[in-house]
Amino acid sequence: MQPARNITASCLISRNKIFKNGQLVFEHPGTAEVFLDKIYSHFAISYPKFHKMDQLCKLGFLAAEVLLNETEHSKKYDETETGLVLSNAHSSLDVDLKYAQTIQTGASPALFVYTLPNIVIGEISIRHHFKGENAFFVFKQFDGNFIAEYVNGLFENKLIKNCICGWVDILKEDYRAILFLVETDHPENAMAFTAYKLNQLNQDHE
Amino acid sequence: MNNLIQKLKEQIIERLNLKDLKPADIGDDQPLFVEGIGLDSIDALELIVLLQQEYNIKLSNAEDGPRVFHSIRTMADYITANSGAVKVSP
Repeated sequence: MQPARNITASCLISRNKIFKNGQLVFEHPGTAEVFLDKIYSHFAISYPKFHKMDQLCKLGFLAAEVLLNETEHSKKYDETETGLVLSNAHSSLDVDLKYAQTIQTGASPALFVYTLPNIVIGEISIRHHFKGENAFFVFKQFDGNFIAEYVNGLFENKLIKNCICGWVDILKEDYRAILFLVETDHPENAMAFTAYKLNQLNQDHE
Repeated sequence: MNNLIQKLKEQIIERLNLKDLKPADIGDDQPLFVEGIGLDSIDALELIVLLQQEYNIKLSNAEDGPRVFHSIRTMADYITANSGAVKVSP
């Protein structure tokens, strides 16, 4: 029998607010760019490469920072044991458009390197030294059924011992990240990792 | 030359999004890569584009890159030696 899997932490960043495990932990007015930079300074993150990232990577990076904060995640797992399964609707279109504009005057290599959505997985992995299974999917909308099925497959094939999964999407001022930490632990406030629960948690914050 | 060095520092900080740095934080002879201010290979490409766009200088030989981009001063020397019309604001 497979051990039960639970959602042991969650993080939502949307509409100038951050929720950690359902609780509002930060809010600040301003554009997406201003808000993301403010999160970085508010949580006293020290990672100079952050400023070079595109907006999608900044959003996913910050959501992962808040998600893993105070979880002792790095002490619990080896670097190959963490899966990363992310999804969104707009792929890397936000930076694709910015890159296209630079072509008029001279294409920017620094923008070009972010013109794939899975780069956000790379940035999170570099930050936390993850070397486990990962995948990025593009859907029209959040699909808890697919995420649950895919992540459960990774667990059942013994490829991972925990997983960060969810949605990281941005296009101009419309942004939303909702990440879940899935583990076989069952702390007091953990929720069963099911498609129904993923969809419910996502809809709770619509 | 000092104006050019100052201008280069400002351009590099802006172009490479080095928001944690100020021009005064970058030494004229400080290595730009790895052990210096920590630029990487993508930054090197951005510096090449910067030379083309701001100074109309095309790095014709890629093997010159490590020497040209060693520090702010070596960049300024290269620009001075290869451009007859350097655009530097006073």
